[in-house]
Amino acid sequence: MAVTIAKEKWTSKVGEMVLGADSTVKVGGESALPFLHFEGEIPNKPVLALEVWDLEPVDWPEILKKPFADVLADPVAWAKKNVEYGADLVALRLMSAHPDYKNATPEECAATAKAVADAVDVPLIVIGCGVEEKDADLFEKVGEALNGKNCLIGCATEKNYKTITAAAMVNGHSVIASSPLDINLAKQLNILMTEMNLPANRIAIDPLVGALGYGIEYAYSIMERARMGALMGDKMLAMPVICFVGQEAWKAKEAKSPDDENPEWGAQERRAILWEVITATTFAQAGGSIFVLRHPETVKQVKVQLDKMMESNAY
Amino acid sequence: MILIGERINGMFKDIREAIQNKDPEPVRYWAKRQYEMCASYLDVNTGPTVEAADQPAVMEWLVKTAQEAAPLPCCIDSTNPDAIEAGLKVHKGKAMINSTTADQFKMDIYIPMAAKYNAAIIGLAMNEKGVPKSASDRIALAMEIVVNCDMHGVPMEDLYIDPLMLPCNVAQEHGVEVLETLRQIKTLADPAPRTTMGLSNSSQRCTNRHLINRTFLIMSMACGLDSAIADVDDEELLDAVAAANILLNKDIYCDSFLKTFRSK
Repeated sequence: MAVTIAKEKWTSKVGEMVLGADSTVKVGGESALPFLHFEGEIPNKPVLALEVWDLEPVDWPEILKKPFADVLADPVAWAKKNVEYGADLVALRLMSAHPDYKNATPEECAATAKAVADAVDVPLIVIGCGVEEKDADLFEKVGEALNGKNCLIGCATEKNYKTITAAAMVNGHSVIASSPLDINLAKQLNILMTEMNLPANRIAIDPLVGALGYGIEYAYSIMERARMGALMGDKMLAMPVICFVGQEAWKAKEAKSPDDENPEWGAQERRAILWEVITATTFAQAGGSIFVLRHPETVKQVKVQLDKMMESNAY
Repeated sequence: MILIGERINGMFKDIREAIQNKDPEPVRYWAKRQYEMCASYLDVNTGPTVEAADQPAVMEWLVKTAQEAAPLPCCIDSTNPDAIEAGLKVHKGKAMINSTTADQFKMDIYIPMAAKYNAAIIGLAMNEKGVPKSASDRIALAMEIVVNCDMHGVPMEDLYIDPLMLPCNVAQEHGVEVLETLRQIKTLADPAPRTTMGLSNSSQRCTNRHLINRTFLIMSMACGLDSAIADVDDEELLDAVAAANILLNKDIYCDSFLKTFRSK
């Protein structure tokens, strides 16, 4: 007797987000669980962004600074370098706005963002300094300066989503909606933002992922649950997911610990990059669409994996 | 929960008059209204006053009128196979046939019809002898329908078994049997057939009808009810379903869960 292979039949799909002035990057649109090409469409490959800071990062290990040694003080040159390294997008982090650093004004940040956007031909992700009130002020100006560039800006939280959503709507950007590892809060924030009339396909969910060894499984199961909800028709969870992998992986002691501290762990450079690669590829399996990374070698290695995963396994 | 709006039925006075006068307005009104109230299907029934010979034409008119007013599929409800087929012929999208019993001569008509028109079908767990008293007799009849659907290639997700709820003021002992039947239907095949019921039946000629309907719907959902033919013009019923979807882990909780249920 012939065996009937059971295939899941989903009724809905993830929304498709388009980024960049020339709509060069598309993410989302899946109608099946990650890479199960035999159960639906996986129309867009996950995309990789490399971070640029608008000030020289203080807590990056030397091995992470090395590939950017000559450009760390120049965000425009750094952004160009990221494109050379193969990044699909540039993720500009406006850390100088942080009160603990330079406390830069929104105008200063807007000028930097504009210069970076004009210098590269890939879409831009612009991330604030993480202080919620400051980021709200920041994006009023930054959003305006980047009008028409179709960027992804954030991160919007429960506290500052109104200002950031408004700035995105007026200037044609999409928004990253952050919620602390909580699917219910993530859904609620998406509802609140769409109630302001931001189209659902202009929201990316940031579930605040953890790195390998630091709670990766919590984020994994939340992403999995959200994706199944999306495929079963929950429109308020049917957004592409953005994973800030670099910031988490490079915080891990396995990435930071130098060669001589734990010789049995192997060479730091290889180990740290591997930490970032494994964290990213794990979240790709959970349904992540946009990965914000830090090391160029990670981009290279994750790309190889993704290319392989995108080969159709339909039958 | 797949809600099937019960209102376009010639048993209701306004629809009966609409059919007599060929007035599309009441049909349009209820198509739109039930669409707004979260119905996924519109049950469409000519009612008993239309002559059998006229039923196919009336069904055709009802289906067309309803589908022009609301973007929903119909649950084509008749005891007359010609009327059902007339409705299927003009229907846009995936229809539902309401219904076959477990009598072989009826299954031989309706199940091939479901296969031919790629329609879903409701199978009543009863036969010419009537509605069985016990859950096990209901299940035996449900199994007959499962087997016949399988023979004709109608997939289990297109089969909705109705365990048949009777009014609680005259057949009170049936409630627990229906709930047990719902549980067991899910064990009949893998993937399991779906389930539905005519909810308003449970409260015929009772007082506090909305409360009885709502309570029995939620109890049934906990036992595996996937769908119901119901009075969807009932805010409290919809709120209760939204809450049950959360408690049964079918929808993901958020503070606006009542609103998100409505916006689906």
